[in-house]
Amino acid sequence: MADPVTKSPPAHTAEANNEVVLSVEDLKVYYDTPSGPLKAVDGVSFTLTRGERLAIVGESGSGKSTLATALMRMTRSPGRVAGGRVILDGKDLLPLTAEQIRRVRLSEIALVPQGAMNSLNPVMRVEDQIIDGMVDHSETGRAAKPELRPRVHELLRRVGLSTSVSRMFPHELSGGMKQRVAMAIATSLSPKVILADEPTSALDVVVQRQIMQTLGQLQEGLDASTVLVGHDMGLVAQFADTIGVMYAGRLVEIAPARQIFQNPLHPYTRLLIKSLPSLAGKGEFIAIPGLPPTLLDLPQGCSFNPRCPDVFDKCSAVTPQLLEVMQGRSAACHLFEQKGEDN
Amino acid sequence: MTPLLELRNVTKIFGGGFLRKAPQTVAVDDVSFTIQPDRPSITTIAGESGSGKTTMARLLLGVAKPTSGQVFYKGKDVAGMGRREQREFRREVQPIFQDPFESYNPFYKIDHVLNSPIGNFMGPTPRSQRREMIEEALQMVGLRPQETLGRFPHQLSGGQRQRVMVARALLLKPRIILADEPVSMVDASLRATILDSLSRLTRELGIAVVYITHDLTTAYQISDNIIIMYKGSVAEAGSVERVIRDPKHPYTRLLIESIPQPDPDRRWGEDDSALRIGEETASATGCKFADRCPMVMENCLDTPPPLYAVDEHRTASCLLYSDTPELQDRDVASVFAYSAPVPTPAATVPT
Ligand SMILES: Nc1ncnc2c1ncn2[C@@H]1O[C@H](COP(=O)(O)OP(=O)(O)OP(=O)(O)O)[C@@H](O)[C@H]1O
Ligand SMILES: Nc1ncnc2c1ncn2[C@@H]1O[C@H](COP(=O)(O)OP(=O)(O)OP(=O)(O)O)[C@@H](O)[C@H]1O
Ligand SMILES: [Mg+2]
Ligand SMILES: [Mg+2]
Repeated sequence: MADPVTKSPPAHTAEANNEVVLSVEDLKVYYDTPSGPLKAVDGVSFTLTRGERLAIVGESGSGKSTLATALMRMTRSPGRVAGGRVILDGKDLLPLTAEQIRRVRLSEIALVPQGAMNSLNPVMRVEDQIIDGMVDHSETGRAAKPELRPRVHELLRRVGLSTSVSRMFPHELSGGMKQRVAMAIATSLSPKVILADEPTSALDVVVQRQIMQTLGQLQEGLDASTVLVGHDMGLVAQFADTIGVMYAGRLVEIAPARQIFQNPLHPYTRLLIKSLPSLAGKGEFIAIPGLPPTLLDLPQGCSFNPRCPDVFDKCSAVTPQLLEVMQGRSAACHLFEQKGEDN
Repeated sequence: MTPLLELRNVTKIFGGGFLRKAPQTVAVDDVSFTIQPDRPSITTIAGESGSGKTTMARLLLGVAKPTSGQVFYKGKDVAGMGRREQREFRREVQPIFQDPFESYNPFYKIDHVLNSPIGNFMGPTPRSQRREMIEEALQMVGLRPQETLGRFPHQLSGGQRQRVMVARALLLKPRIILADEPVSMVDASLRATILDSLSRLTRELGIAVVYITHDLTTAYQISDNIIIMYKGSVAEAGSVERVIRDPKHPYTRLLIESIPQPDPDRRWGEDDSALRIGEETASATGCKFADRCPMVMENCLDTPPPLYAVDEHRTASCLLYSDTPELQDRDVASVFAYSAPVPTPAATVPT
């Protein structure tokens, strides 16, 4: 039997489909601060095809959650979208009215936010929280609550919970169960794109595996695409088809998962992979030297240049663009631009 | 020698009672554990979500009262401490809490989070000196003071907030740090940096660290010993070399197998027979893991398995090892291994 975490092959092979579901173009999200705009997401572009599992990884503070929130059009002041397009199924989400975007959320694109399991309403039963989400966002609007009850049971079963959970309050559930409830809410209206921001942090590895299996099954069942935000490279290796690496608000590399691990291109990605601790032997901790830059005052040229082992003159002068440097692989690094030119 | 901190046969039960029909939860079930003053080291507590790790930390901190059993600090029962002793205890045993979203008051700036412990525990301290201490602590966890101070908690990312909590604990240079998932939202490289600063504290200042985590890979890297919890009980405990590299209890094995490897070609195990969710019917009388255990035997359902001293540096609560002697007095720390050289006595915080 196929491992439920690992995707069944047909969906991912090239011929399956290259239908683009979500296309993000030069997205910029800034926070206005007293010291000027903080560029948390600064010109991010990528596409997501049907059924694809993309993971966005990157250091703490690199803008991953800001990106996920902006894709949902949920950026809050002092944050603002400073430019770009988010095209979901052919329609740009950024110009939509509040009412239009409300309908798109949950039914077309849904987010399981960071810390979701702590954001459930503590005084509401699970079923009421799920129903509220459905009523708020469905086209038809006010379906009667009792009618939705069987649907709630189905949703709970789909995330691997017993139907008795519907009558419970969040404090009666374990962390893993709460995370499943958050996933049930997010997928209640069968979205095409599921965004999951660190869905398993603070859960034990056995439950992590279950949660990722559940997310995988949901995604396959709905034929949806997934954007997994996280920093756990192990988890990402187990789940994603494609990995996008963020550094200081920009995507610096995007490539099929296997290639990122086997042959990382961008020096940051390389150091990231090298820094992963292992069980093979003790004392193999190699942290990336230096600190992530302040997003208020980025270094000239490539943001990674002060920490980069391969830095050369051009790096502190010109900001590298994310370019396709090999078949299916893009990197934003002058090392590879040059190679490209030489060839 | 009198242990620095000790849990003696501690049980903590939530719920139940006559009025509430809520079922009882035995969050911690007869656990004994000591931290010795002459052996500062890092001990990891790992195990299932909901297995009682945070409750254990709260018991060790004296903020939760045991239903039965006792907690001692330097030989004194924490429940019966006078005000002065309690103050010393609260300064010397510093927590880092699990949830950075809950431990902040959203209306106070980060400065307040860092200033108040200095005020509370160190008496009047000149402004410039406070500032210096705070900046040093922030730098130890990879945060820039000028970008962190003056901000409200929601203006920081999840990982940045967690690091502020770590900085806060470092600030007071306590005897013991109880860190509950201090770095769950931080990426691997930064995790290494923060944990490294924790282990430096252990080595240089003799601060004992209890590190509660789900990240068994970093646990292996930084800690000397580990306690694996399952539904309130110790499943296995001992040196990380033994427990993580060569697990004996079937639950520990399941846990180690489930570690996601950062390698797309080494997939998670496919056997998910032990992965049923929430509907387990834990045996009321026997081993709590019996219902999920691939190696379950008939007598597993009869009585709870005692802790066996399986080898020199490991104990496991599993009948598979019933041919080995039972652990004397149940203190799991009695099988611990200490690799680090014993450092000079702990530096004391100036008052
Ligand atoms: N409301 C805000 N006001 C000002 N700055 C903010 C605000 N929210 C986030 N930031 C800043 O924006 C940057 C990106 O934050 P974001 O939460 O997107 O990071 P992240 O990659 O998700 O990090 P983590 O892995 O720690 O969750 C950080 O430097 C953060 O301090
Ligand atoms: N204040 C409380 N009231 C009732 N039950 C509680 C309370 N605190 C904890 N529990 C229960 O006690 C058990 C142990 O919880 P605890 O938080 O200690 O687990 P944990 O091992 O820290 O889990 P996690 O890995 O998810 O943080 C759980 O079943 C929990 O629901
Ligand atoms: Mg985040
Ligand atoms: Mg906990």
